[in-house]
Amino acid sequence: MSKPAPRGAAPPPAVQHLLIRYAKRGKMRFASHLDVARAFERGVRRAGLPVAYSAGFTPHPKISYAGGAPTGVASEAEYLSLALTSRNEAGVVRERLNAALPDGIDVIAVTEDAGGLPASRLTASEWQVILPGLTPDSVAPVVRKFLALEHAPVERLTSKGLRRMDARSAVVTLDVHGLEDDSAGDDNAVGHGADHDAGTALRMVVRHTAPAVRPDDVLAALREVSDVIPTAPPLMTRLAQGSLGESGVVAL
Amino acid sequence: MSVESVYPLLEPLLPQIRKPVQYVGGEVNSTVKEWDETDVRWALFYPDAYEVGLPNQGIAILYEVLNEQPGVLAERTYSVWPDLERLMREQDIPQFTVDAHRPVGAFDLLGISFSTELGYTNLLTALDLAKIPLLSAERTDAHPVVVAGGHAAFNPEPIADFLDAVVLGDGEEAVLAITALVREWKRSGRPGGRDGLLLSLAATGAVYVPRFYDVRYLPDGRIERVEPNRPGVPGSVRKHTLLDLDAWPYPKAPVVPVAETVHERYSVEIFRGCTRGCRFCQAGMITRPVRERSITTVGKMVESGIAATGFAEVGLLSLSSADHSEINEIAVDLADCYEGSNVGLSLPSTRVDAFNVTLADELSRNGKRSGLTFAPEGGSERMRAVINKMVTEDDLIRTVTTAYSSGWRQVKLYFMCGLPTETDDDVLAIADLARHVIAAGRKATGRRDIRCTVSIGGFVPKPHTPFQWAAQCPPGVVDTRLRALGAALRADRAYGKAIGYRYHDGSPSLIEGLLSRGDRRVARVILAAWRDGARFDGWGEYFSFTRWTDAASRALAGEPVDLDWYTTRERDYGEVLPWDHLDSGLDRDWLWEDWQAAVAPDGAGEVEDCRWTPCYECGVCPAMGTEIQTGPTGERLDGRRMLPVLASGR
Repeated sequence: MSKPAPRGAAPPPAVQHLLIRYAKRGKMRFASHLDVARAFERGVRRAGLPVAYSAGFTPHPKISYAGGAPTGVASEAEYLSLALTSRNEAGVVRERLNAALPDGIDVIAVTEDAGGLPASRLTASEWQVILPGLTPDSVAPVVRKFLALEHAPVERLTSKGLRRMDARSAVVTLDVHGLEDDSAGDDNAVGHGADHDAGTALRMVVRHTAPAVRPDDVLAALREVSDVIPTAPPLMTRLAQGSLGESGVVAL
Repeated sequence: MSVESVYPLLEPLLPQIRKPVQYVGGEVNSTVKEWDETDVRWALFYPDAYEVGLPNQGIAILYEVLNEQPGVLAERTYSVWPDLERLMREQDIPQFTVDAHRPVGAFDLLGISFSTELGYTNLLTALDLAKIPLLSAERTDAHPVVVAGGHAAFNPEPIADFLDAVVLGDGEEAVLAITALVREWKRSGRPGGRDGLLLSLAATGAVYVPRFYDVRYLPDGRIERVEPNRPGVPGSVRKHTLLDLDAWPYPKAPVVPVAETVHERYSVEIFRGCTRGCRFCQAGMITRPVRERSITTVGKMVESGIAATGFAEVGLLSLSSADHSEINEIAVDLADCYEGSNVGLSLPSTRVDAFNVTLADELSRNGKRSGLTFAPEGGSERMRAVINKMVTEDDLIRTVTTAYSSGWRQVKLYFMCGLPTETDDDVLAIADLARHVIAAGRKATGRRDIRCTVSIGGFVPKPHTPFQWAAQCPPGVVDTRLRALGAALRADRAYGKAIGYRYHDGSPSLIEGLLSRGDRRVARVILAAWRDGARFDGWGEYFSFTRWTDAASRALAGEPVDLDWYTTRERDYGEVLPWDHLDSGLDRDWLWEDWQAAVAPDGAGEVEDCRWTPCYECGVCPAMGTEIQTGPTGERLDGRRMLPVLASGR
């Protein structure tokens, strides 16, 4: 008996590599990385895009994802790269994908870029955390104390067990804004339907580390400093992702 | 009056629970209509978790059929897991739909599709969370009409107290007929109130309203009779049969989940009904006659379904897919059409037949040949004759030889334990069969890495089947036989490592048996078990046998009946069965004769399939005014090519 092999010709090669920035908004912030990946795989098929496939018995669409925002955390700056077997105009790809994806998984920008998504291109993220009902004046001293620390060890239970990390060393900057403050966020970042008429927004630039320090880890560290920080999970949004520059995150 | 979304209340809870995305809706192809622009509103409930309920074909079909109607709104609701149930109770959040997060209590109708009796307790959770009184008798005009359907509603008596109405059989036309009656009733000022509506539904003879029937019992506990308790209500209620599946090509664009679900594919029913005549099979008995969907409609549905969903896999569903009169053409043409497209095709292959392997080869043209499944159901030839599963050991060996030779590495075999007349030897015969399968596979391929998995579960006698009179095998006996089989398989040095063994212990089957063949008194047991915490009884990690046995002894104390009476007791011809007034079309005497033929001391009698042999008078077609609808149509899909195997014939 011969060893079974896939029949037919080899799959058509990729001729165009696209980098896609997308958002995870509103209800879709509760989608996990795998949920988002499945939605994109179905989305490219519904959109009729000529996505390239790997060879072999179980061909996979050539889509690769950068580490996604955690389940429950919104994002304006998720990235994936997509390989196509024929050339398509970036604007058309964006339109067709948005028509095919569930509302809330929204493509923001499509650019031609064959660089892929190595960890070296995405070294830091800017996050926003909304703390409703807290004034900036009450939060600012907590943040100052945190920033004065050398280390802020925190623990988080992951699917792989209890992870320990230093929340302080990963934080590059951490600012406190009143929610009325214009700089506290564009409409997309705050537009989750919740009522934010009074509150504080934390903006933080966090280095990508292993294990990853997430904004809720920073929040846990702030809670260690002062119980002013509530235990209820706040609305968190990734605003930008890219490399670390002089003045913050340089978006990819 | 519009209805507020509960989402603002739900949202803060979502970060605290497992897999929150299942509750947020917003999926591709989901439908949200303006509440005020519709006048008949259905909440469709699948009484299990979203991951199981979303792929359910029944709900998917009715959701589309209803939402296509102007003025009609249908939204989906699923069972919430206990982590969310606890928070919803704390925060006073009612059962909600996932489409627009509207409270289920605000709808006109709550439609429930029961695939299994083990979903009954989840009905109570949903009603309670929706603030709908659990008992039909306690509901007012302000509450939705609670309507059940699905295979596990063909004997709705154990949950009769909780239901307002029941539909037997195919739902497509029935939901539209109910919708029309509800619309008329609302427009004319709700004459007669809730009972007035239920009476107009019952009067059609096609909707069962349990409350309009009284059940009398004999002193020994058996039913004396079931009869209508008011004028205008027929003595028996008919099942619905959809004729011309081509006129109902649903689902066209099923909801595409964001959350992970148990089946991630676009499914097309290629026919409905089955007349193979397996005596244990309720689905095959209650869905007669066979009605095929034509190759052209199947082709169109696959094409538009993939485009509408983006699914990478297509399932060709039916109770025995290889029996479609043009299955070869469907398989070859679809495989041609989708060659190189990365769309996978699958056929639930249950028939032991080499032709089935050829079809599976065709459908997996580009894919990996990992595993094929066959269901001999019984281990010994004698056992298979009892259940009318006419498969010989030679058939099975020929079939698996073909499978292993064409590159399949793994063959899964399904069996049942606890069948009528079964002995220890009948179950141990499964071990011999598995050894012969591996031996044949090694001989055919010259390889030792081929495998076979034996998967076995406890048999539950079901209403509307020839085995409806049978004594269910006690779980202790089932468990002993399953252990002995496991030991026999493991003890085998030459083959044991190549044979996998999966089994379910017998105790959940006994409760399924109670719920399957119970009467109205069982409602008390269900209520007691639910109050004691029964939820998600189809899930091993939630099911508790002692919770059910405790509930049964408490709820039936003082009655002449108990758990054993409902399950392990054989019934005789004269006994009134709880579902005798519910007409599946099957002739009761035909079922009885088939039951007698099964257990005949000189060997079981065989019943052929009426698609290829003369009618054997099961009674369905004349009683229901239906007919067998099969091809061939002679049509082909684009990209045709004939399978060489067909030259030698089936």
